[in-house]
Amino acid sequence: MSGGHDHHSGGLNLTLHVWRQKDAQAEGRFETYALQGISEHCSFLEMLDQLNEQLLREGRDPVAFDHDCREGICGSCGVVINGQAHGPDRETATCQLHMRRFHDGDTIYVEPFRAKAFPIQRDLVVDRSAFDRIVSKGGFVSVNTGAPQDANGLPVPKENADLAMDAASCIGCGACVAACPNAAAMLFVGAKISHLGLLPQGAPERRRRVLAMVEQMDRDGFGNCGNIYECEAACPKSISVENIARLNREYIVASACERPAVERIGD
Amino acid sequence: MSTTAIQGSPKLVSKCPSGPMSERWDKHRFDLKLVNPANRRKYHVLVVGTGLAGASAAASLAEMGYRVTVLCIHDSPRRAHSIAAQGGINAAKNYPNDGDSIRRLFYDTVKGGDYRAREANVYRLAQVSNSIIDQCVAQGVPFARDYGGLLDNRSFGGAQVARTFYARGQTGQQLLIGAYHALMRQVGLGKVALFPRREMLDLVVVDGVARGVVARELTGGAIESYAADAVLLCTGGYGNVFFLSTNAKFSNATAIWRAHKRGALFGNPCFTQIHPTCIPVSGSYQSKLTLMSESLRNDGRVWVPKSKGDRRSPDQIPEADRDYYLERLYPSFGNLVPRDIASRRAKEMVDEGRGVGETAMAVYLDFRDAIQRDGAPKIREKYGNLFQMYERITADDPYHVPMRIYPAVHYTMGGLWVDYNLESTIPGLFVLGEANFSDHGANRLGASALMQGLADGYFVIPATIASHLAGRKLPKVTTDHAQFKQVEGEVQARLRRLLAIDGRRSADDLHRDLGLAMWEHCGMGRSDAGLSKGLAKIRALRSEFWENLRVLGQGEELNRELEKAGRVADFMELAELMVLDAQYRKESCGGHFRVEYQTEEGEALRDDANFCHVAAWEHTEEGGAMRWNLHQEPLSFEEVKLTQRSYK
Repeated sequence: MSGGHDHHSGGLNLTLHVWRQKDAQAEGRFETYALQGISEHCSFLEMLDQLNEQLLREGRDPVAFDHDCREGICGSCGVVINGQAHGPDRETATCQLHMRRFHDGDTIYVEPFRAKAFPIQRDLVVDRSAFDRIVSKGGFVSVNTGAPQDANGLPVPKENADLAMDAASCIGCGACVAACPNAAAMLFVGAKISHLGLLPQGAPERRRRVLAMVEQMDRDGFGNCGNIYECEAACPKSISVENIARLNREYIVASACERPAVERIGD
Repeated sequence: MSTTAIQGSPKLVSKCPSGPMSERWDKHRFDLKLVNPANRRKYHVLVVGTGLAGASAAASLAEMGYRVTVLCIHDSPRRAHSIAAQGGINAAKNYPNDGDSIRRLFYDTVKGGDYRAREANVYRLAQVSNSIIDQCVAQGVPFARDYGGLLDNRSFGGAQVARTFYARGQTGQQLLIGAYHALMRQVGLGKVALFPRREMLDLVVVDGVARGVVARELTGGAIESYAADAVLLCTGGYGNVFFLSTNAKFSNATAIWRAHKRGALFGNPCFTQIHPTCIPVSGSYQSKLTLMSESLRNDGRVWVPKSKGDRRSPDQIPEADRDYYLERLYPSFGNLVPRDIASRRAKEMVDEGRGVGETAMAVYLDFRDAIQRDGAPKIREKYGNLFQMYERITADDPYHVPMRIYPAVHYTMGGLWVDYNLESTIPGLFVLGEANFSDHGANRLGASALMQGLADGYFVIPATIASHLAGRKLPKVTTDHAQFKQVEGEVQARLRRLLAIDGRRSADDLHRDLGLAMWEHCGMGRSDAGLSKGLAKIRALRSEFWENLRVLGQGEELNRELEKAGRVADFMELAELMVLDAQYRKESCGGHFRVEYQTEEGEALRDDANFCHVAAWEHTEEGGAMRWNLHQEPLSFEEVKLTQRSYK
């Protein structure tokens, strides 16, 4: 761990245009920074770390950005890089993007995820608590801690278990919303509906779940799907748009079958 | 330092029940007080942290009827670092019919921890492991299944039975999402008040009982107080004291360290797990290390060149010039020896000058033979996502070039001392998951951390918290209490002090130096002389920190540098206690390897006559300097006989 060295020759010289915004109320703007000698082996976030060290040395405010695990699973990080949520690589969260993807002399624009439902809190940091609100309305199986039946008492066909797992691999980063021209959260919600709806454990609440989650989604100001599929292209876990189709089917069936008033679920 | 030990300390009453091991938890639960359902809403429980332990505890307590408040450092509870666990979760279900049992899981865990854990705790952990799997499946956790629709198991980390449940390479995320769903359900029902982007900065103790915390709201910087009848710290481990570790960047010791300074004893602080299969450091810009799941050791073969300084590329090194050192040294376990052993041996190879790669700070993990035997598609099916992750980070293709791996700090077995009820030495302060000194002794086995976090949250605390709530008089305390005002003032003063230093070095920069000192002197191989050197470096760095730190901006705004500075300040203090503990423990056990104490074959040599105890440290101050009193909780082994671990 100690004694590592930079085995790059010279490194990349970059021009960065980074969105700076003091807080939710302030007006934002791009600021331009020159960075020199960035190793192609470092990650995009480590490049931002070096920018921040440089700013700090110069007595200027570092750029605030969200990040945590830096291995593509916590879903904290996420910025728009040259117009693409999480940058140019498919199936790659910002933290996993490496600078070897860029060239010496490149200009890079870095912006926050933009959506009405994701207000900017500072610089590249946005508030994604709308996702939690949607989950709190129905994104669960109503089972208390206790003594449920033996785990093998409820066989699940492998195909369904695998499809549920595909959907459950969503990391809740919000890139789908940022990439969508309508700022729709339907890939996120669709993934949750699929994960729980494909399993027998989630079946009893299927209809109430989809109605409650969609209602909250609308209330938080997310848009609707326009079948452009930018969400799937930006998703670091390649969640399929088939989940949106499933969401729509479930919603139509539930709307036709349920009473109009959505009961509070989870009790 | 001269240490006066308080043996069988009156402060350390384990409250372990007696009687037959398999009946103790049941007996204890029967003996515990209860809070009747109608009274539960009168009690307010504060949970700090939303990883597996915190989310499962908060959800379960709210379901029971307690009023629960949850603080979460992230923007969403789903992001806690439990999410990054890849491999799996152990349980004694014995679905594969390969001879597993609660007793065997208990035995393996006690032995794996090198006989430095409490037997009764470990037995309870093994007992509730099966209920955890049932609970998670009921929540919709999509564990791997076979074509009959039943749950699949694999063997993991040196276990000789297949008892590990998994969800592709993201078991941690799936278990956390299960607990997060349960938590958000209670939030939706109004039973849990959730406060995201809050960082606990101190504990408030009123009349000797933990009654709340002071926290900072991270987007605007407001200092807030939260009062409760019980406080649960579920804030994870402190591996980031090494700066580089597999922990997430937010993972920090501040919550437990502040509680320690308010009177909670710290158990076995030097017990650190260094994971053998991580991607090596590539440069000075490195911000964290990435783990490669230990499952890779099922098919990969670990080797280095036989001769020092052999710089040929791996495909140019013939079979005769390779040293498959784990297979050579441990013929029966081979590449699957426990983590501490695999890590230490890798370090030895590098120290001998036989390391590989550009930095010569790595060993090979080679899939050539597995690919020849099973074919690339089979290997892709098993490890595809891990190979892809490796290639993304290193730009090397492991299907053709052996992986380079090196050990990295991964988990801390030490933590706040707790009794059988998970209560610390401060009444009303409970500590769950990695934050407590826990059930893993001196070394944690693979796939046991998830098990412990969920055991504590789903099944232990819901039963044991009543011992405090129903067993003590708890006068009403609100945040208007003078003690809250006092602590708020102290927190504000500390923040102002950090902002006022106006030096030249960033918190990360100083933290990196602390990490290097810890890695060098308190890492995989520890010696008395080295630890003394480490202590001197830590103290010098701490002085420099308080003179030369640079934090810009103000307290009343989103200020990441200020957040980091506070955490690093606490790491600088914790580091000293880790070194003292490592120096005090004159034996080798599990992940704690003192070079002076080893067998002729280089294995850890325990000293059961003198060190078969938990070392729990009490913080004091003397003329402004930190001092610690040592308390000992003796460990007795009634069921698993004390023997030298052997994986030969």
